[in-house]
Amino acid sequence: MVDTTEQELLRLALPIESADSPRARAIRALLLRKAAVFGLLLIMLFTGLALLAPLIAPYDPTAQSWANVRKAPSLAHWFGTDEVGRDVLSRLLYGARASLMAGGISIAIALSIGAPLGMVAGYLGGFVDALLSRLTDAMLAIPFLILAIALAAFLGPSLGNAMIAIGVSTAPIFVRLTRAQVMTVKVEDYVEGARAVGNPRWRIAVVHILPNIVPALLVQATLSIAAAIIAEASLSFLGLGQQPPAPSWGSMLNSAQRFLASAPWLAIWPGIAIFLTVLSFNLVGDGLRDALDPRRR
Amino acid sequence: MRSLRLTAAAAFLAIMTGGALGESTLRIGLAEDPDVLDPTLARTYVGRIVFASLCDKLFDIDEKLNIVPQLALDHAASADGKVVTIRLRPNVKFHDGEAFDAAAAKYSLERHLNMAGSFRKPEIATVDHVEVVDPLTITIVLKAPYAPLIAQLTDRAGMMVSPKAAQAAGDRFGLRPVCAGPYKFVERVQQDRIVVEKFADYWNKDAVAIDRIVYLPIVDSTVRLANLKSGGLDLIERLLATDIKDVRADPRLKLSTALELGYQGIDINVDNGAAANNPLGANAKVRQALYYAIDRQALNQVVFDGEFVPGNQWVSPEHPYFQKSFPVPARDLAKAKALMKEAGMSTPFDVDFMVPKGEETQAVAEVIQAMAAEIGINMKIRVTEFATSLKQAEAGEYQAYLLAWSGRTDPDGNLYIFHKCRAPQDYPGYCNAQADKLLDEGRTLSDMAQRKAVYEKLTKIILEDIPKLYLYHRLVLIAHTTRLEGYRQLPDGLVRVVGLKLK
Amino acid sequence: MLTFFGKRLLQLLPTLLFVSLIIFLLQHLLPGDPALVMAGEEKDPQVIAQIRAQYHLDQPIPIQYLYWLNGVVHGDLGESLRIKQPVLDLVLEKLPVTAQLATIAMLIALVIGIGAGVVSAVKKGSAWDYGANAFALWGISTPNFWLGIMLIFLFSVRLGWLPASGYVSLFEDWRTSLASTIMPAFVLGNAIAAILMRHTRSAMLTVLDSDYVRTARAKGLPERTVILKHAMRNALTPVITLGALEFGTLLSGAVLTEQIFSIPGFGKLIVDAVFNRDYAVVQGVVLVTATIYIVLNLLADIAYVLVNPRLRT
Repeated sequence: MVDTTEQELLRLALPIESADSPRARAIRALLLRKAAVFGLLLIMLFTGLALLAPLIAPYDPTAQSWANVRKAPSLAHWFGTDEVGRDVLSRLLYGARASLMAGGISIAIALSIGAPLGMVAGYLGGFVDALLSRLTDAMLAIPFLILAIALAAFLGPSLGNAMIAIGVSTAPIFVRLTRAQVMTVKVEDYVEGARAVGNPRWRIAVVHILPNIVPALLVQATLSIAAAIIAEASLSFLGLGQQPPAPSWGSMLNSAQRFLASAPWLAIWPGIAIFLTVLSFNLVGDGLRDALDPRRR
Repeated sequence: MRSLRLTAAAAFLAIMTGGALGESTLRIGLAEDPDVLDPTLARTYVGRIVFASLCDKLFDIDEKLNIVPQLALDHAASADGKVVTIRLRPNVKFHDGEAFDAAAAKYSLERHLNMAGSFRKPEIATVDHVEVVDPLTITIVLKAPYAPLIAQLTDRAGMMVSPKAAQAAGDRFGLRPVCAGPYKFVERVQQDRIVVEKFADYWNKDAVAIDRIVYLPIVDSTVRLANLKSGGLDLIERLLATDIKDVRADPRLKLSTALELGYQGIDINVDNGAAANNPLGANAKVRQALYYAIDRQALNQVVFDGEFVPGNQWVSPEHPYFQKSFPVPARDLAKAKALMKEAGMSTPFDVDFMVPKGEETQAVAEVIQAMAAEIGINMKIRVTEFATSLKQAEAGEYQAYLLAWSGRTDPDGNLYIFHKCRAPQDYPGYCNAQADKLLDEGRTLSDMAQRKAVYEKLTKIILEDIPKLYLYHRLVLIAHTTRLEGYRQLPDGLVRVVGLKLK
Repeated sequence: MLTFFGKRLLQLLPTLLFVSLIIFLLQHLLPGDPALVMAGEEKDPQVIAQIRAQYHLDQPIPIQYLYWLNGVVHGDLGESLRIKQPVLDLVLEKLPVTAQLATIAMLIALVIGIGAGVVSAVKKGSAWDYGANAFALWGISTPNFWLGIMLIFLFSVRLGWLPASGYVSLFEDWRTSLASTIMPAFVLGNAIAAILMRHTRSAMLTVLDSDYVRTARAKGLPERTVILKHAMRNALTPVITLGALEFGTLLSGAVLTEQIFSIPGFGKLIVDAVFNRDYAVVQGVVLVTATIYIVLNLLADIAYVLVNPRLRT
């Protein structure tokens, strides 16, 4: 799990004040980084492939062909066939949907749980903060995969439940991050000023604090999507994610394990797919972080 | 002086190089870590493999499934079948030096019957009590005649434990078991290894040549085989069918196989709770249609490279109790479709298909799903982890359930607890009075021809109602190095260690 | 300073309590129970009921939790229902295994990560920088279980150089031990190496630009001394504390890696126990690993604050 320490987060929390719009500067800084652009293009490519899968996949991803079991890559099947004769390329394309969705939705869940809780903890302080912080610490002290496995096993095996399990297990990171950000921002002058003028707390939170912590959240979200994609693959690898016959890169790796010696292409392609997708999210996340941190070169 | 120095040097060398100079170690790779090593409390299949070296039983079986003596010499039943007299082997010692006699046998059997948490109880439930006749003879008094009794005594229920050690340890006996087998317990590190060494006073010690055995649980089949190929292991169990080609092609490895005593099949929820209310569970004709829609030969070919054996009964086609009048059918799609039409269900409809996690179960389920789809049955696969699947099977929270049974020597062991109304493994909730009568009758008869005739009537009923769809029978697949000589595989899957030599 | 330390120490207890509560609830919400799992193939409802009663499994969940808590307070972490071994014994048995794996993985991570980070900072903008960055990204983008499988395939199946699985203690036979630990340690270590590399790089870049280093350079010291003696010492402190944190994660058990390489450490123990519903094992082991993780966390924070007093909150 890509995890940033408390101290790192505090460094990011410096408010961005400048003459022209911070957003414009950030976007410009981002685009200047070739690596980040490359990552962005890759993400767009994979998303496109996933969306267009029904149109471009050469075969039905669930169509079995018992005479063509575990055939090596050939002209008919560019990436070979799997253990029941299905086309690997088609399954990769459709699997992209499961994996990308798993990444996006898990983190959306994590954000929607973690950010509000973090804001409450950071803004209100006191006992509420103490309670939430201890709870968050506790969840972070439990090995992530164990938490996810237990949750997924409890909810029942399915892609949707795996996403919930990953989302809930990732939420503590966002609680911590949001809390740290809020605590730093809330003592800034403009927030004090807003309070002095008599703004209600919720308004201060939404209008004054939230926009300033979004950059850090965005960076973490991007990096966490990468981790979530790996987490979904891990859960599917253990049999707790996408149910057959629908494909996901992780479940393809699961079935491929026992054919390492006889049909290695079954393990290589899904692994590369996961690697490229996760890489692209990491590149974009890094780019965002560098672009939004005014002290970096 | 010089000879003394030479001796010392030789001794030093021997200690340093261990295996190279005489102490032989057989390293066996298991597919999972055994549970508790107490014959009364154990339940895993791999546990039995370890017991094969540690704990001898009253009787054993040979390749033809005949009963042969081990710690007991012979058995005789009274006319009414309720009293069984067993003569014991003389001059047998337990690992702790205690003598094996009738009192010890009585103690062991009663431990299996009465100890809290004993999993052997249901296996010998018909035993009323055990009597000591003389130091080498016991009689087992049954509540009712029970033909499978001796067969049960060829498994864990017949394993003898040292009364002294068992009494001292109580339910902690499994941490340091003391039995009468060819090897005695040395150490165990959970999930890592189990080490046993040759027992010097074994009753058949001349047949035991290997000094130590180390059992290593390695869950991943690919890794297990990789270890065997690289020389890190000498023997592995549960080779994958798809790896057979690889082993056959390797000149340093040898394949040992036997057809299993058990079966693989699909339980169909016919009357276990609300989930049974679906077209498949409610209508025998639909189940028969599924029976004919499945291409067992293709299933075998696709998932297992054709190595296993298709089946349609609770014993394999090569088993003496197989009913030849009901042969394993080839796929008959036309008949299946006709049956579906007769049943009059509107297709397609969904069926909740619970599949326990496993290396090959998912592929089997997917192939069956494809086959069933052709007659309008949508099997919706739900890969469930083992513990959950057990719970849900029992509670009837499934509509179809892919399962395996490792099999028992006596055919009753594959039948009774599955098809008797509301028996512990009757997950389908099947209740048929006629079948119950035949089941009860079958287990009291001792003549094979008579039993087979009874079971033939039972087979007809089961193949009409199909609460369980039998699919195929696995081969016990053991791969070992060619340096290991004398290994023979029996259908019960155990790795017998007597009579082996390691070059 | 002492109050900061004291406050954090006080927070340990409620956190650990929450840990045990969360994991307890999660486990007991899972369908099925250990009695059923233990029964497996042969099932006698009487026997199952007996087992349930013996281990309080038929009691309501809060009562079961209190039984467990009572045991912990008296130093009894319960026992594995599956093989009847006390959980404390299991923990002590597995600790050296996981510790060995974690330590070697950490060493690999430190050497590769810090080395690559320093090189890429010093040679910023060059091919070295680019290469080190690429390596770092590769390290955190590769699913570690896939990397493990690929390594086994290459080095064990195809080349036969390294054993595919198992664990041997360093003290027993260091050659075999290293041979069987190197692959899993690399799998675990390279992801951390990647994280360490990036942090080292950015810390070094900051330090290399500082007055302190400029002064050293102005004094005419050779570049190597500047880097090794002055820059690194200042840049590494935050990185080391980060390393301590990651070490804590490693100790919690590298779940999938241990599964693939059949290493009998904490990770494998917990996962198997979850699937077997061996409640006491999961409870006890998670409690122990959580404690280790939190303590290491605390030490890392203390070290960081010692270095940078401005960050005391």
